[in-house]
Amino acid sequence: MAKIIVVTSGKGGVGKTTTSAAISTGLAQRGHKTVVIDFDVGLRNLDLIMGCERRVVYDFVNVINGEATLNQALIKDKRNETLYILPASQTRDKDALTTEGVEKVLNELSEEFDYIICDSPAGIEKGAQMALYFADAAIVTTNPEVSSVRDSDRILGILQSKSRRAEQGLAPVEEYLLLTRYNPERVEAGEMLGVKDVEDILAIPLLGVIPESEAVLKASNQGVPVILDNESDAGQAYDDAVSRLLGDQVEHRFLEVQKKKGFLSRFLGGK
Amino acid sequence: MGIFDYFRSKKEPSSASVAKERLQIIVAHERGKRSGPSYLPQMQQEIVAVIRKYVEIDEDQVQIQLDNNDECSVLELNVTLPD
Repeated sequence: MAKIIVVTSGKGGVGKTTTSAAISTGLAQRGHKTVVIDFDVGLRNLDLIMGCERRVVYDFVNVINGEATLNQALIKDKRNETLYILPASQTRDKDALTTEGVEKVLNELSEEFDYIICDSPAGIEKGAQMALYFADAAIVTTNPEVSSVRDSDRILGILQSKSRRAEQGLAPVEEYLLLTRYNPERVEAGEMLGVKDVEDILAIPLLGVIPESEAVLKASNQGVPVILDNESDAGQAYDDAVSRLLGDQVEHRFLEVQKKKGFLSRFLGGK
Repeated sequence: MGIFDYFRSKKEPSSASVAKERLQIIVAHERGKRSGPSYLPQMQQEIVAVIRKYVEIDEDQVQIQLDNNDECSVLELNVTLPD
């Protein structure tokens, strides 16, 4: 039985796909058989972030409609033996994802994989609801900014009322806060909500804080999940988050303003 | 930043604390709204059923309302008993 984890947020552009790519890669690096599914039907992008866009032949909707088998649609990651990607389709048909269809695919994947990561589209429409419906856990990706925090709270409400676990009266979906694009300098200057502020408002356990980092754009430019850039702060922060997801106690890093680098560390490079 | 700027900036709350305050208010409000309708209808039905065990009443003779104040929520139950 696989654990199904949705990466969700409500608001767009907060880093769901970046997070999905990083977390799934991190789980696979630790030897867990992992599949990451793009639920953003019509606006496929996970393939680009994972760097497998030219290898997409069949997609999620093809599998649901019986036009392709799962094995035909799954793309094996170039870097990790245990990681597979199921791309979204580019169809504009909003009703392409059905509860029954998604359930069938998830059940089939569940037999073979340890972790299923669902990369949710933005919004609270059908695509986002489908992505979170079957989840066992949710990584609520949030920027320290008012609209993102508010939307995250709405998504938490949906997880608590409209997920399969809620509807069937099972144990609730595990909820985790992942704070992304965090800028300790601006927090210190009182210009940005701090970790504690967001934790106070959303009141869910903190999975990690990903600092705002040049490495994220660089990684997406290259189609390499940022977690593989282990020199970068963002990559290391994602790696810590994966450890915590697996139950390890890891201290949070990059919450404070980094001291000016000394000559030696500048000389040795890294950010 | 001069020493006078330092004192002046202390008076005005930082934009982050304004953001936090606004968020706390709107999030509490929206949570109140969504927690209300989800269980209220069923609770109302069950309360009516309990009262009906003893007194014959119509469903519209029971009014139920949940008000959220700053510190506590008040559940107001209004039952009109027949003569």
